[in-house]
Amino acid sequence: MPKLPPLLAKPVEFLPLWLVERAARGIFSGVLKAHPGLFERLGDYRQTCYCFSPSDLSLHFRVVPAAQTLSVSRGEPPPADARIEGPLALLLGLLEGRCDADALFFSRDLSVIGDMEAMLALRNALDDSAIDLPRELGALAGPFSPLVTGAARHIRTHMLAERQATWN
Amino acid sequence: MELICPAGTPAAFREALDAGADAVYCGFRDETNARNFPGLNFSRDELRQSIALAHGRNVQTFIALNTFMRAGDEALWYRAADDAVEMGADALILADFGLMAYVAERYPEQRLHVSVQASASNPDAIRFLVEAFGVKRVVLPRVLTVQDIARLTRQIDCEVEVFAFGGLCVMAEGRCSLSSYATGKSPNMSGVCSPASHVRYREEGGTLVSELGAYTINRFGPGEASGYPTLCKGRFDVGGTEGYAFEDPVSLDVIDEIDALRAAGVSALKIEGRQRGKAYVAEVVSSLKRALDAGPAERAKLVSRLRVMSEGQRTTSGAYDKRWR
Amino acid sequence: METKRAALSLGPIYYLWDGPKWRDFYFRIADEAAVEHVTIGETVCFKRQHFSEPHVAEVIERLEAAGKRVTFSTLAMVTLERESRHVRELIRDSAHSVEANDLSALGLLKGVAHSIGPLVNVYNAATARTLAARGAENICLPPELPAASIQRMLNAMPDFSFELFAFGRMPLAISARCAHARSKGLTKDSCQFICGEDPDGLPLRTLDRQSFLVLNGVQTMSSSCAVLLDDLLPLVEAGLARIRLSPQDCDIVRVASLYRAVLDGRIGGDEALVELATVYPGVRFSNGFLHQREGATWVARGRNVTTAGA
Repeated sequence: MPKLPPLLAKPVEFLPLWLVERAARGIFSGVLKAHPGLFERLGDYRQTCYCFSPSDLSLHFRVVPAAQTLSVSRGEPPPADARIEGPLALLLGLLEGRCDADALFFSRDLSVIGDMEAMLALRNALDDSAIDLPRELGALAGPFSPLVTGAARHIRTHMLAERQATWN
Repeated sequence: MELICPAGTPAAFREALDAGADAVYCGFRDETNARNFPGLNFSRDELRQSIALAHGRNVQTFIALNTFMRAGDEALWYRAADDAVEMGADALILADFGLMAYVAERYPEQRLHVSVQASASNPDAIRFLVEAFGVKRVVLPRVLTVQDIARLTRQIDCEVEVFAFGGLCVMAEGRCSLSSYATGKSPNMSGVCSPASHVRYREEGGTLVSELGAYTINRFGPGEASGYPTLCKGRFDVGGTEGYAFEDPVSLDVIDEIDALRAAGVSALKIEGRQRGKAYVAEVVSSLKRALDAGPAERAKLVSRLRVMSEGQRTTSGAYDKRWR
Repeated sequence: METKRAALSLGPIYYLWDGPKWRDFYFRIADEAAVEHVTIGETVCFKRQHFSEPHVAEVIERLEAAGKRVTFSTLAMVTLERESRHVRELIRDSAHSVEANDLSALGLLKGVAHSIGPLVNVYNAATARTLAARGAENICLPPELPAASIQRMLNAMPDFSFELFAFGRMPLAISARCAHARSKGLTKDSCQFICGEDPDGLPLRTLDRQSFLVLNGVQTMSSSCAVLLDDLLPLVEAGLARIRLSPQDCDIVRVASLYRAVLDGRIGGDEALVELATVYPGVRFSNGFLHQREGATWVARGRNVTTAGA
């Protein structure tokens, strides 16, 4: 299973929540701004409270698309309509619309709790949106943009390679 | 043979074009088609733009209106047909006789294809559809052998399209109410089968239990690949023996039979999977496109690559590999 | 207000019953059952044909002598040449009305008065009208249809004869592959008519031992038995012409008399239900499809069927 490199995971563990939250909000609003179609495609599910729980970070990201709100917490998962838990690499794959709707459900590395249909709607909406997280991340980094984008791409490729080694 | 490719979103539509589709099939974002999944399908504007894009590349667009009209609400289907004709669909894919009659009468020039959901499985059935509604092509149920198909095409004056790759219905399509028996939602009426709204996964001490509505569809032991609880691919108890009573969770793949299908008089090969996203569309369409033109040696290589993809449907995560590019 | 009367109709036997059982069943129907229409003939699997064939003539004679209207059912799924031939010959040679259960029969029956079985997809009046224009005179609607759809079709075609599947395990799916043979380690081609061992279907349970479906050769049926009783009355008022009972391995004569009594207002649905449970014991009843719910569900207080606006 692809794990976030400890070198990266550890510091995130000790980051103050407000900092993580600020970064995540930046990405979130950037994504919503850049991909208005995503919002429309979600239909009624834009009211859904989604929670993403990367198992290798012990953080929970709670998002309501309609309200454009995002909050981050540690510990027990917060209440949500639909929650997905799994390694960050897979969650990012989901966000970028890189994984198949079917595959989402087949993998036992990912588990969906709550409204399965809401999660499917999100997956389908994301599939049409062509989100590139490293680029979004880079956009936040101002003058360091190319550096951040490059580093993020490197990490993604690294995790991808590890995944292929595991399954093929 | 033409290659008919699925698209659930404009992004997947573009991937299909880039990958070499001869035609792309898709549907509106409502219950007028049999992939009425949340977040999937096309608004009127999206479809209009996609058709224009396809026509610019000399690619056809087929619009699936292949559910059965709900009594009293026929206007929803009629309007979808009106719009599809107006926006220049190269063919409408229909299953409901009432809708076929409407389109045949109102738009005699519009090309009609018979959806697999109509379950036209023999020469007399196809002759009926040609005679009654002037259909030009029939998508055959996924239950006929290549020999059956060859025998069929010789007896009819109508093009034949067959599924070549993707999800496989075990039951005759359009004639299955298993999903609505368990969930109240059916392919024929709601455009969904074993809908996600009724799916639950439950952990039971390392065992993952998948449920659809009130029914257990499968149990997966620790480490065993899990699957989506599609009713006809579930594990059941028949006479004290547990197993896949209808079909193992496998998908269809007839690439080895391409030459035989061509010889059998098949006009077009269809790829299933409007719900499966752009990565799947790109990979499967490009591989099949090359396989159609390839010699036996190269085709074998392409086939084995695709097999990984289809096997991913039943192994936990194999499919993921191909999503990450 | 004048109360409308619906006729009772007996659908084809979906199961494989041996010749004598098949014959005796219909003899008793002829002699005792309160049904006006009887549809006979193998519908599920062409291979079973020869079991009933020797007895068809005497059964028809007895049924007609008793005043029953006899109709022949065609095969639900036709893929092989010999199956096509069989349907063609049936339609060409039959002196009786034919009930179409697949598209090939629809084509062959053009211009001839005929019936449409519940295995043809008729979900709306537009489709019913299209078929009526080709000669269909009676349409038994698919079990999946909700009451609202039925009401709307009745309103749209007030003079047409619609029939509703109101008793029996529901035919839910059909396949080219025989799950029944497969479950006993056989295939469709080498099946040894193993489905004959289960005259009321072979139960299929979930891994948690919930009753779910029954296998009947290439057909998959509901484990629960559709029972529409009080539910029928508003539909009959709206013009529903026939009520179909589908043969199960139980006392269908008694079932028919209970249905007749409910339709005639001699007993209430609740009373009939209690009786039915003794006639067909150990089987759950369902009416969910009619109420736009899961087909397997039982909705009590069936009088409150939602009716569509006129």
